[in-house]
Amino acid sequence: MDKLPKWADVALIPLINLLLALLVSGLVVLLIGEDPVEALQIMVRGAVGSTYGWGYTLFYATNFIFTGLAVAVAFHARLFNIGGEGQAQLGALGVALVVLWVPWPHWTLALPAAVLGGALFGAAWAAIPAYLQARRGSHIVITTIMFNFIASALLVYLLVGALKVPGSMAPETARFPETTFLPTARDIFAAMGISFGRTPLNISFVLGLAACWATWLLIWRTRLGYEIRAFGQSESAAVYAGISPFRIIMLAMLISGGLAGMMAINAVMGEQQRLLQDNVLGAGFVGIAVALMGRSHPLGVLLAAILFGALYQGGAELEFETSVPREMVVVIQALVILFTGALDGMVRRPLSRMFLRFGRRRPAPAAGGE
Amino acid sequence: MDLLTIIQILDSTVRLATPLLLACLAGLFSERAGVIDIGLEGKMLVAAFFSAAVAAATGSVWLGLAAGVTASVTFALIHGLASITFRGDQLISGVAINFLASGMTVLIAQDWFSQGGRTPSLTGGARFSEISLPGATALREGYRETIADGVEPSGVSAIYWDLISGHTLLVYVAIAMVPVSWYVLFRTRFGLRLRAVGENPGAVDTAGVSVVRLRYAAVVIAGVLCGLAGAYLATGLAAGFVKDMTAGRGFIALAALIFAKWRPWYALFACLLFGLLEAVGNRFQSIDILGIGIPTQFMQALPYILTVVILAGFVGRAIPPRAGGEPYVKER
Repeated sequence: MDKLPKWADVALIPLINLLLALLVSGLVVLLIGEDPVEALQIMVRGAVGSTYGWGYTLFYATNFIFTGLAVAVAFHARLFNIGGEGQAQLGALGVALVVLWVPWPHWTLALPAAVLGGALFGAAWAAIPAYLQARRGSHIVITTIMFNFIASALLVYLLVGALKVPGSMAPETARFPETTFLPTARDIFAAMGISFGRTPLNISFVLGLAACWATWLLIWRTRLGYEIRAFGQSESAAVYAGISPFRIIMLAMLISGGLAGMMAINAVMGEQQRLLQDNVLGAGFVGIAVALMGRSHPLGVLLAAILFGALYQGGAELEFETSVPREMVVVIQALVILFTGALDGMVRRPLSRMFLRFGRRRPAPAAGGE
Repeated sequence: MDLLTIIQILDSTVRLATPLLLACLAGLFSERAGVIDIGLEGKMLVAAFFSAAVAAATGSVWLGLAAGVTASVTFALIHGLASITFRGDQLISGVAINFLASGMTVLIAQDWFSQGGRTPSLTGGARFSEISLPGATALREGYRETIADGVEPSGVSAIYWDLISGHTLLVYVAIAMVPVSWYVLFRTRFGLRLRAVGENPGAVDTAGVSVVRLRYAAVVIAGVLCGLAGAYLATGLAAGFVKDMTAGRGFIALAALIFAKWRPWYALFACLLFGLLEAVGNRFQSIDILGIGIPTQFMQALPYILTVVILAGFVGRAIPPRAGGEPYVKER
């Protein structure tokens, strides 16, 4: 069936899909009586036109890197982890507990512990749906959706009860101690003598890049990664090769949940510096769009995450400067998911046919199929 | 807790279960035909917005209802296009539809009404009014007179004038849809074929019946039912549209569908149960059962927990339609 050259599959189709999504978004902007070209200019300027814009763009991107990688790792095992939102919420709980319970003398000590806390809690929240899928055959999509809601109810329960600051009305934990604040881009660049806007961008971005690299290593350079991909390609072939489905489903989901949980390092430890009720702000769902656009490859996820970061920051500027509300970004996000995920066949099928027709004329088999 | 309080809770149970039931039956038709629909939430949301917006602009709830159903069916057709025609991933398409609804409704609401993503409050003919069944008013008057006379009434008559009578039309429509759905799915040729297409589309195709047409029919029926659910939310239960007003009801309906093991009558009871949980959670902050305080958050999470338990097969097994989620590729 593979009639497309690789470059068309990894670059051309996502690009066409993205263009279609942006085209329809432009139509939507036109319909609500604004100028799409001007809107695009405002968004681009707002997202990458200043160090301030870049700071926010990359801050949002860091969230999306983690949730995007989470969805991508699960995708490789052909599991659709829609529960990134809940896993990230539990990750936030893990991070908050680690940071609040231990009197950390310095952030360098708190960071590894918080990473561990976030990843463990996120993984634990993914473990139950994974177990139910692997052993009881319950559909992972449905269980992870249900676990999103259970997670948010659990968090509200803890934040109005056990974790609330005594005497305070707000459903949130105490502020994290100042020793655990992560260095921001502003601090780091100031040390080098460069002035950078005041943004929440912090050292977690580096952690995000490391996570991309580690995920690449895992998927393409380890035995486990090979097994995950083999399982995702064909479960029966994998079983025949001696790969245990139970083990792969569990491990893939644990890694996926752990990555989603680590998002809290950036959002909770890096920015909010306390545990709030709504600390994920939909980033878990953006991860789906990011993983789809990035074709589940860590590099693709990184690029898609930055694109979506720019979209979020640009959308905020758009709301500020015009009457287009912030929800425009949600529409664009929906269209990206629709075109790159669900309507992929609409572009792929005619394109494959085209490549097949033009590929045949050449003597060398340009198409990589058999 | 006296009888009247219980009846009031049951009364609000019926109101809260109605949108769940309509959405749940929508999911029933779609999933029985092999098209998984996690976009119930989104379809309800667009229907809620367009019904409220058109009702607010024209003053007619009927035009609003028509607009809501049209919007919902449009979204259903997008889902059909993606998952039937282009054989895309049905789950991803559902996710996209939910986001599209969530963003579009606020965008258009802001453009049309400039009230921060909501519609103006609906009054009079722009809302569904409550239907008083014959004799209900007389019974209620009788009840009030007994109180005025200083006698404590038993409250049994309230079962009729409060619980059974006094709902909007769509509540009765929703309940009537249960036997109708059962009849259509299990007693008609169309229903047999529709269920077959969700179990073994190849066999249906071999019999010379179009899989694509049947699945589109199921998806459109789901769109109409979600449209009714959304319209009820905005013009019956509430008086207007507010941002993200479905608040996860589409997912509770999905949970109810699994809880009901994809059967219409079970769906009614599952939705009533989940409606009851919501009604109790709305009325009490925490409930003491045998001296143990149960927090409302637990009540809110209970539908989801129950669904996971059912899905896990610890209490009865929920077996979904076999061809669910798989696009049908005709053999050549």
